[in-house]
Order: sequence, then C-alpha cells, then structure tokens
Amino acid sequence: MGENIFTGIAESLRAFLYGAGVPPLASELIVLIVKLLAVIIFVSLNVVWLVYMERKIAAYIQCRIGPNRVGPKGLLQTVADVVKLLAKEIIIPRRVDKVVYLAAPILVFVPPMLAFAVIPWGDGMAPIDLNIGVFYILAVGSLSTIIFWMGGWSSNNKYSLVGGMRVVAQMVSYELPLVLSLLGVIMLTGTLSITEIVNAQRGTWFIFAQPLAFLIYFIAGVSEVNRVPFDLVEGESEIIAGPYTEYSGMAYAMYMLAEYGNMMVISCMCTIMFLGGWLAPFGWTFLPSWFWFFIKVYLMIFIFMWIRWTYPRIRVDQLLGFGWKVLVPLSLANIFVTGVGMYIYRAIGW
Amino acid sequence: MEGIWTAVAFYLLAATIVVSALLVVMLKNIVHSVLWLAVCFVSMGGLFLTLDADFLAAVQVLVYAGAVCIMVVFGIMLIQRGNMGSTNLFNNQTKAAAGVVALVLVVCGYLAATTPWASPAFAVPEKTVESIAEIMLTKYVIPFEVAAILLLVALVGAIFLAKEVKKADAHND
Repeated sequence: MGENIFTGIAESLRAFLYGAGVPPLASELIVLIVKLLAVIIFVSLNVVWLVYMERKIAAYIQCRIGPNRVGPKGLLQTVADVVKLLAKEIIIPRRVDKVVYLAAPILVFVPPMLAFAVIPWGDGMAPIDLNIGVFYILAVGSLSTIIFWMGGWSSNNKYSLVGGMRVVAQMVSYELPLVLSLLGVIMLTGTLSITEIVNAQRGTWFIFAQPLAFLIYFIAGVSEVNRVPFDLVEGESEIIAGPYTEYSGMAYAMYMLAEYGNMMVISCMCTIMFLGGWLAPFGWTFLPSWFWFFIKVYLMIFIFMWIRWTYPRIRVDQLLGFGWKVLVPLSLANIFVTGVGMYIYRAIGW
Repeated sequence: MEGIWTAVAFYLLAATIVVSALLVVMLKNIVHSVLWLAVCFVSMGGLFLTLDADFLAAVQVLVYAGAVCIMVVFGIMLIQRGNMGSTNLFNNQTKAAAGVVALVLVVCGYLAATTPWASPAFAVPEKTVESIAEIMLTKYVIPFEVAAILLLVALVGAIFLAKEVKKADAHND
C-alpha cells in the first residue's frame, strides 16, 4: 500500500509529457529536474524540522519540555526562528575578505545537496542511479572541508581561524577511517552502485556481517559532521562558535542547516551501507519501502542526537590520537579480516 | 544534438580551467590562489565527465579538490606573514616565462597537429571501474605496487619525523 506513490507520480508526469508531444530527451530532463527539485525542497524543509526534533530530544534528556509555544506542541518554533533569521541583517565586519566571507555560507550547502541526488529514497527511487554512487558521495563530501575553512579564514578573527584550522585537521583525520570502513562492504558486494549494495542485503544486513565497519563509520561520521563529542570545531566554551563566530542572520543559519544536512547524508549512508536501505526487516512489507528508509534514517538521526546530549566534548589531542591510533588501524584490520574471511568462506564452499 | 551540448560543456569548462589556473598564478593573496586551484580541479573533473569517465572524475574531485587543496592549506597555515596581500610572490621574469610558454605551446600544437586522431572503435563501457581495476592488477601491477611502496615509505618517513620531534622535546624538559 502506498508503495508506488512517488514512482507513480514520476510515471504519470512522464506519460503526460509524452502525451503533450515533448521530445523524449527534453521530457527526461524535465522529469529529472522535478525529481531533484523535490529532493531539494524535501531536504530543506526536513532540516528545519530536524532542529525542532533536536531541541525536543535535548529537552527530554534534560527533563525539560522544550519548545511548546508556537504552533501545536511547538511544531512551528523553528519556522518562526528561520523567518526571524531571514529578517536579520547579515553583518559584514570591516576587515573581512568580503567575497570569500559571503561565498562560504552559500557554498556550504552544496556538498550535502549533491550527495542527496544519488540517494535511493525507496525501491527504485534514486533521482540519479549512478554506478559509482558510494564513491561519488565520498568525493562530494570531501569538498566541504575547504568551504568551512573559507568561512573561518575570511572572517579575520582569531577564534574563526582556530576553528577553521580545527575543521581541516579533524575532517582530514576522520575522512580516512570513514572511507576505509566502507571498503569492507564494497569488498563483500564487489560493486560501488548504491542500488546493488542495498539489493545485496536481502539475506543479511551488513551491520551483522561488518559490525566493526559500522561502528567505525558511525564514529567517523559523527566527527565528520562536527557534532558532540567531536564538536571542537565550534566548541562554544573555547572558541565561541569557531568558523561561524562572525556570521549573523541567514548566513549563520545556512551553516546550521548545512550541519543538519550533512548529518542526514551520514544517516542515509549508514542506512544504505549497513541497515539494508529501503528493505523491510523480517519481510514486513506492509509498509512501503520509502517508509522503511525514513524509519531507519530517523533512527540514525536519533542516535546522533542522543549522543550529542549525553556525552562531553573530548580534547584536541584525544581527538587526533583516537582517529589515527585507533580508528585507522582498526579499519585496516577490518579490511584484512574481511579479505581473509572471504577466501576461507569460498574455500569451505558455502 | 548531443554533440553540440558536449562541445558547449567542453568550451565552458576549458575556459573556466584556463581562467582559474591563470588566477592561481596571478593573484597576490595565496589563499585566493588555493580557492581558485580548487575551482580549477573541480572543472577538470567536469572535463572527465564529458568523456564518460565518471570514476576518474570522482577521483579528481576526491584526491585533488578534496585532499591536495587541503594539503596546500596546511602549508599556508605554517607560513607566518603579517600582510596577506604579498604572500604569492611574482619574480618579474616575464620574458623568460613567455619564451618557455611559447615553446611549450608550439611543441604541443605540433604534436597535436601530427597525431593521427582516430576515434575509438568501440564506445566507452558503462562501467569503467571494473576495467580500471582489472588492468591495474594485471598489466600494470608492477607500477601499481611501486606506487604503493612509495606511499609506504612516505608514511614511515612521516612517522619517523614526528617521533624525532618528540625526543627533542623530552631532552628540553
């Protein structure tokens, strides 16, 4: 029930364009643009709602009520916040590098949006089904480091600069285990295509075949989106807000929204690579595939938020030591064990 | 139809690459140079995409725009200079540079003109990753392993340097 809502809309749009006599190439282009626009609108709206979810979960963990005034149960609180930020002035300090300073908050939303273009939101619901999807997401994800640094450097502020350098050091250190942990799954499936990886999990989800890789990916992912316990980048008690210190109004909001966007990308990747993507557990197909995908993604997002409100921040030396001395060797060992295991598995001939 | 759009994409990307590469060299502020370098690398990735080499395009973005630029950022941050306006120095050897560039252009133009450009007999396969992996681990396995050993040596060297610094600190205490 409801399984074919979205694919059905795409099909009927295609049929309508065909009926209107639009040439096939142009109609494919129109359908693609509609798909991508739908994803962009969904992600932007969803990010606003994630801020509300975060505040409610924080309130629950701290025995408070949380936002409850604007709209029913406070549901419109973040909408009001965004409208307020839109109306605020974007202050440009005198000695900043103006172009870079203004470009950074615009560009920072680009890498997560590019990643969303290949994510399958349900069975056959990837806007673009790329055969190197996993690699593509890693490649566009690596671009965000330099954009955060642009903001930190151009602000011409000590705190921003320290925060910007922390972004670079942290993201470079944790990108290595992030990539290496996915290699185990890729070795098992022998493909880089997201759709094929999800389909390969029909028997067992890879969280059971690759539990260590899942843990490494999740920890490195938390670090990659700069959230507690790895939020040294914007450690409020040390460096005010890191690279975002000088920003105000919508420019500041863009950084916050991008953080939630990146968190969604990591959650989607965890779901796709380890939790079986859109596949229903135990053959419970009474819910449509896209609904299962969202349940899993929101479960991952909830764990992100849970960790954020229950753990303290770690020190810089602990952060880098943990990354290089624990996560990298562990992920290399995981690759080795996976390779040996695959050979033993074949030798036994199961 | 398709050919026209490929040509348009090629010329747009080529113009972006040339302009951003020039800006990398010409700009006085080295941070701006790095940012234009990233633009240059990303447009190079686009150029690979027009050739249907999607894997190479992703590698280009991941390795060059994502990692090499960051290495340059580390380099910049280790430099101390009060005025950022004069970090990317220009040594005014324009005449010698013009001569070398003219020579390179002539040689490249001559080679391009004399090469018999044959269009490939078969279309680019849809999945390039498998073919790259296969050729890398069969025909080109020795260069591949040599590169791996090179990286290992660099890694050991980096660890050695880091250890040395620690020892020196211990003596100072």
